[in-house]
Formats: sequence, structure tokens, C-alpha cells
Amino acid sequence: MKIPLSRIAHARSGDKGDTSNIGIIALDVRHYPVLAREVTAERVKYFFGSMVKGNVERFELPNLGALNFLLHQGLGGGGTLSLRIDAQGKTLGAALLRMEIEIADGEVLGRSLHPV
Amino acid sequence: MIRIANGQGFWGDWLEAPVRLVEQGPIDYLALDYLAEITMSILQKQKEADPYLGYARDFPPLISRIQRRLIERDVKVIANAGGVNPMACAREVRRLAPSLKVAVVLGDDVFSRLDEFLAAGHLMKNMDTGEPLSAIRDRILSANAYIGAFPLAEALAAGADVVIAGRCTDTALSLAPMIHRFGWKPDEWDKLAAGTIAGHIVECGAQCTGGNCQVDWQTIPDMANIGYPIIEADNDGRFSITKHEGTGGRVSVDVIKEQLLYELGDPKNYITPDCVADFTSIQLKDAGPDRVQVSGIRGGKRPEMLKLSIAYSYGWKAIGTLVYSWPQAAEKAKAADRIVRERLHQLGLKFEEIYTEFLGVNACHGPVAVPNPDPPEVQLRIGVRGQDHAAVDRFTREMIPLVLSGPPTGTGFGDGRPPVREVVAYWPALIPRQLIQTSVEVVE
Repeated sequence: MKIPLSRIAHARSGDKGDTSNIGIIALDVRHYPVLAREVTAERVKYFFGSMVKGNVERFELPNLGALNFLLHQGLGGGGTLSLRIDAQGKTLGAALLRMEIEIADGEVLGRSLHPV
Repeated sequence: MIRIANGQGFWGDWLEAPVRLVEQGPIDYLALDYLAEITMSILQKQKEADPYLGYARDFPPLISRIQRRLIERDVKVIANAGGVNPMACAREVRRLAPSLKVAVVLGDDVFSRLDEFLAAGHLMKNMDTGEPLSAIRDRILSANAYIGAFPLAEALAAGADVVIAGRCTDTALSLAPMIHRFGWKPDEWDKLAAGTIAGHIVECGAQCTGGNCQVDWQTIPDMANIGYPIIEADNDGRFSITKHEGTGGRVSVDVIKEQLLYELGDPKNYITPDCVADFTSIQLKDAGPDRVQVSGIRGGKRPEMLKLSIAYSYGWKAIGTLVYSWPQAAEKAKAADRIVRERLHQLGLKFEEIYTEFLGVNACHGPVAVPNPDPPEVQLRIGVRGQDHAAVDRFTREMIPLVLSGPPTGTGFGDGRPPVREVVAYWPALIPRQLIQTSVEVVE
């Protein structure tokens, strides 16, 4: 079945120049393998579409049950150049939590970020 | 065990936070982070206008306000409030708090040394674009090397009550007291990495004590009185993150994980002047109310190159806004955007970029936003950026006329036309560390 990422994960995002960083964290560490399987760099790049001009890199932190994404050229110039209201990408983590992922019925465990 | 608190995540953070940290419970060190990447260029301009300025002006009055407590409780302060003029900052602190011993850390400011570096063949290429620094040489406003924790520890060893640095890393502010008190050596990579990661966790102030936290945010208690973070550090590199009893906010594994991921690049290679920290080695444990234990941290050898933070004048920008109300608020805002763009085109004005967002529709999340078919109001927000000041200035006159000459129900123009702002851009580069010599000076 399909669920939004917010069913099993939380996030925080920030900036380094024109690169946005998004940390996606499993609410229950047992969901980390699902994150690692479903939330690939390619899917994140596709999800944000025209917002991200460059490539997307993914790094794994299994010890925290987390993935870190770097969205290059993802902030409309970044820092002071960007004309966006969210020039620092503070809200992009929340945006990514809307991404739908595929999960087996038995795989959904525990708490959710938002009431379901 | 020593307690290191962070009372300022950036210049402009909550003024009461550092005061409460010295009032509400025990701490040994108070770290205050004032500098963002572009702050240095703003301070450089202030210094050019007045040689007694160029530092974080909130800092001396803060020290004045808390000086009695600092002495009573034997709390030492470490801050990068010095900006591009640490000596002027120190003199002002001494003037307002004459009984405190103040030391400055010098050597990060390389603005006057850039031509020397270029002549010696250091290209200082932009780390993002690969362009050599010579391309923007005549537009540079400030240049600083990120320095690490050891010079700050040296200042503490000199007996300073208040250590004032310029562009040190944010993490160095918390690592320095550990080096000073535990006698950590420059090649104890695991311990230095642990102190660095402790610094990373607290460097954004309350963002590790429940601020900006997604998990159960509605239930985080008493955010109005949020406690700022405290590191309880041990000699062996293990530490806990906590906050004073009776304060608001929350310290939990969820909260700490979010902050660990904040502004992170490659987690195995978190590079600082002091070491390379490995975020994949971190082990977290909930250890009671508002307390998380951190252990297992590994680190590697410090880099041969230091990062330079260079700011240069890029051009101009302005952001204009208008609000349209229901009905068809989004359609009206879109029509207004088309009119502004057509008028700018007719005037023959050239911009590097014109960017439009519709607040209430898609501003934060762009194409990913949840559809909102008939919102009560929408804010039109048009930004322009370019090299031509006159063009940007002309744009600022093109928004308000639409209230009378565009789609109906336009409002929200009460602040008048928007200001033209200088765009100061950031140029990250590298320089061999042996070129950067730091020194500590006690200010009498």
C-alpha cells in the first residue's frame, strides 16, 4: 500500500549556499530499511521537479535511522541571492514528508508524525 | 564533568536566553554564536564607516547585564562576537565591565592579505563553481579563515573571563572549554570529534531543546520559556545534552536527531579545522527527563586546508508584495504578476532573474504544495535581481500602482515601495593552514 512519508518519518532541512540539506529520520528505527529502500536520491530529485536544478546526493546514517539528502542548486541561488521566501530551505523537509512510499501492510509500525 | 551552555544560535537570537542561562542553574561556560556567513560583510562595512565598529553590538551590553552573575558563579564566556573588529569589541566590553578579564583571538581576518596569497599562487577557487578568486577580486568586501578551537582554548588558559573571537567555527565555541579543561591534545581525534559534535548539536541554540521540532510539536511544554541547551561533557569524550530544570522545551532523542541532521553534508566527513567528525558513529540514548546521552563518536585527522569565508558585492535585489482577497484571490494575483512583467518588459529593463511566488498557494513548496483551490487571500510576491541598480529601483515603483490600475481587491501596500538591497554573495574557498597564524591578546 501507499503511505505518505510522514506516516513513518520526521525531517529537518537547512542550507549550505545554494544546496539544501534534508534529513529524513525514521520515527521508529525499525522503519529505517523502508526509508533506505523507498527514498532514493532519484525519487527525491523527481519529487521536487523544477525546484532543484542540480543533482541530489544521498547519505546513510543507520545509527540514527536517518538519511541525509543534498539538493544541489536547490534554493534559487541560495543565501542572499535567492528571491524565494524560503531561501534557506527551512520548509523543504516538511515538503518531502508528503512523498508517497510503498510499504507492505505488516511493515507499518508505531507512531505517526501526524494523526492518521 | 563540565557544563557548557549555548545562549545564542545566531545574531538576533533571543536576548533573554544567555541571561536566563546564568540565572537559572549551574553552568561553567557560556558559548555565544553571532556570525553567519554574510554577517562578516555587513560588519566590514560598519567598520569602514566607523573604525570603532564591526562587531556584534548586542554583545557588550549583554556582558554588562550579566557581569555580576559571571563573577559570582565563575562562568566564562566564549563568543565569536568580534566579527571583523574583535579588539574594538573587547575594549567596549572592558569599558562596560571593567572587572572582567577579556582576551581576543586574532588572525582569522585575511582581508588585507588576499593579494599576498594570490601573488604566492593560491587561486582560492570557489568551492561550488571552481572559478578563481581573481574573477571577483575588486568586489571583495571581507575575507576570513575559519579557525578552530585551539586558539580559543589558549585564551581560556590565559585566564580570560570573556574570550572574543572573529570567524571561528561555531563548533569551536563549545569544543574550546573541553580542550582547556581536559587537556585534550591536537591528535586526539575521537575526543575532538565528540566535542565538535556536541558543538554542532548546541550551536543553533534552542533548536536542540524543542525549537523547530516536528515530532509532537503541539505537546512541547512552555515554549515561551524554552531552556537553551547545556552540554555536560566528560573527559573521555562522552557527553549529555540537557537544559535547566523548570525551563520549557524538550530534550529527547527525536529532538537531538533532527538537530544532528541540520545543515549536514557528508556525515562521515564533517570537516572542521580541528578534526573530521564521523556522524555515523554517534550513539544516542534517552537518559531521563530532558536528557540525552551521546557516545561512541569517532574522528579523523584534521585537514591541511582551512576554509575561507569571502563576501563580495554581487548586485541588487528588491522584493515587492501585494495582497489579493477572496474571491479568485490566486487568479487576481496571477493577473497582477502578468501586468508587472509586461510593464517591466515595455520599460526595457533587464534583470538576471524575476521570480514570482504566491503566498497561500505555493510559495514554500512550489510544485509540491498541497492544492488550495479558493483561499481567503493570496500574497503576490515578486522578486528581481540584477547588476543594474536603476532597473531594480524602477521595479520597486511598479507594484503599488496596481492597487488602482490592476485586478480588484488589491491591498497590503501600507509599507510603501520596497527597499533596494545590495546583494552580498558568499565565496567559499580553501587556503593552506600554515598561512593562517592565530594569536591571543589580553586586553587591559
